[in-house]
Amino acid sequence: MRVSPAIIQRIAVVFMWALAAITFAVLVFILAYVLLHGLPHVTWSFLTQSPANMGRAGGIFPMILGTFLVSGLSVLVAAPVGVATAIYLTEYTHEGRMTAVIRFGADCLAGVPSIIFGLFGFVFFAITLRMGLSVLSGSLTLALMVLPTIIRTSEEAIRAVPDTYRQVSYGLGSTRWQMVLYVVLRSAIPGISTGIVLSLGRCISETAAVMLTAGSALRLPRSLFDSSRTLALHFYILSREGISMANAYATASVLIIAILALNLLAYWLMRKFVAKVGR
Amino acid sequence: MQLPKISVQGFNASFNGKPAVKNLDLEIFAQERLAIIGPASSGKTTFLRSLNRLNDLERGFSHSGDILRDGKNIYDPDIDVAELRRKVGMVYAVPVPLPWSIYDNLVYGLRLAGIRDRATLDNRIEVALRYAFLWDEVKDRLQEPANVLSGGQQQRLCIARVLVLEPDVLVLDEPCSGLDPISTAKIEDALVALKESHSIVLVTNNTKQAARASDRTAFLLLGDLIEVGPTSQIFTRPTQKRTNDYLVGQFG
Repeated sequence: MRVSPAIIQRIAVVFMWALAAITFAVLVFILAYVLLHGLPHVTWSFLTQSPANMGRAGGIFPMILGTFLVSGLSVLVAAPVGVATAIYLTEYTHEGRMTAVIRFGADCLAGVPSIIFGLFGFVFFAITLRMGLSVLSGSLTLALMVLPTIIRTSEEAIRAVPDTYRQVSYGLGSTRWQMVLYVVLRSAIPGISTGIVLSLGRCISETAAVMLTAGSALRLPRSLFDSSRTLALHFYILSREGISMANAYATASVLIIAILALNLLAYWLMRKFVAKVGR
Repeated sequence: MQLPKISVQGFNASFNGKPAVKNLDLEIFAQERLAIIGPASSGKTTFLRSLNRLNDLERGFSHSGDILRDGKNIYDPDIDVAELRRKVGMVYAVPVPLPWSIYDNLVYGLRLAGIRDRATLDNRIEVALRYAFLWDEVKDRLQEPANVLSGGQQQRLCIARVLVLEPDVLVLDEPCSGLDPISTAKIEDALVALKESHSIVLVTNNTKQAARASDRTAFLLLGDLIEVGPTSQIFTRPTQKRTNDYLVGQFG
């Protein structure tokens, strides 16, 4: 017997709706679980004080600052390099062996586990370049780690700009650089910033690579050459070594809220930008 | 005898060795509208894009022969290509407003040319929009996004965007191919006014449009110039059999 297309359609819709609901439910469950365990311990003093007794007491202010420094600096380094590479690949070269090699390299790097980056950063930045376990070593390592993501997302965003825009720009007497700057980048910025925000999120939540390069000092970093513990690593150490599960969940809550806030801010900025520039 | 604005002399263009325009000799005068007709892949667009050197951007493009503009070869090494493209303004088949406001679209070319004085910008915009018969429709909403305009308005915006640069040659590549008859008529009216101060080259797939909106017509076929002459003569008494065949719809 043949099942009518209308029934198949209905089954398919229910099936897809169920899968989407499961995805959403998992997300809500994880968030609720962590926040329920953590939020009661998040107080003003927890956010503003230094940890005491290895993190059993006190707060997480040095970790907040460390996370901010390490992730911020790594994106600050990786974004210009990544976007420039993407511009070069899309606007300044023709497809050929060279671009294929760069692209293949970026794709391979994107698949390398973060702990390998950590090991490389430890050997190269911390030891060979004598930066030690520091904010600088950590952020440079993370910059290398997210570079492929930034290159590839920027490349996609730039490629999505219609070629006719380029033709129009040339026709109105622009140089290639003016065309890239005023037409291509202006249209590609929402896509490029999505990639950068994703990368920032990855930096904030990275654990293995920062443990090997930025170290796990509990004190407040006073310069880029100081070791600093990030929130994600602090959570890992607190829970792994059974120091304080309450504070571990509290740290995780702060981490999750920070990432949620970051994403919301990014969406808001992007929508504002798109609304300003036009549809 | 008036000197030609543009003089094409033995011009060949090819892509990856495949010829697109063969040994073309053609003159374009001031204050005239030259229509270029011919079936697909006859080299019309390639010829047009050679006039402002847009073909230079294509990989595999090569050319020989000369295109003189006011007696100066535009392929000479000392030519400022950006300046050439400002003076030989191009309008494409599909209107492509950049995804900005109407105002930003219009001033983009001027800003590229280094003109930033607000009064100059505003003045040039008004003149250009009036030429393109668009002023009354957009004067109160220059800050709105350009893509809220209708297709016909967008194409007139694209014409105005080129006119603000005060070109002396206007090249249009099938500018009405996606437009309704009323929009088409408006653009053709604009061309009548514009020819007083510009040389106009109009590529069109619509032979009726060539008959209506041009002073001379050139017929290209597979990269060869078959025939060029006054539009009235080409459409009534073509000297070449192939022109006649094309015009009556035998091929193309």
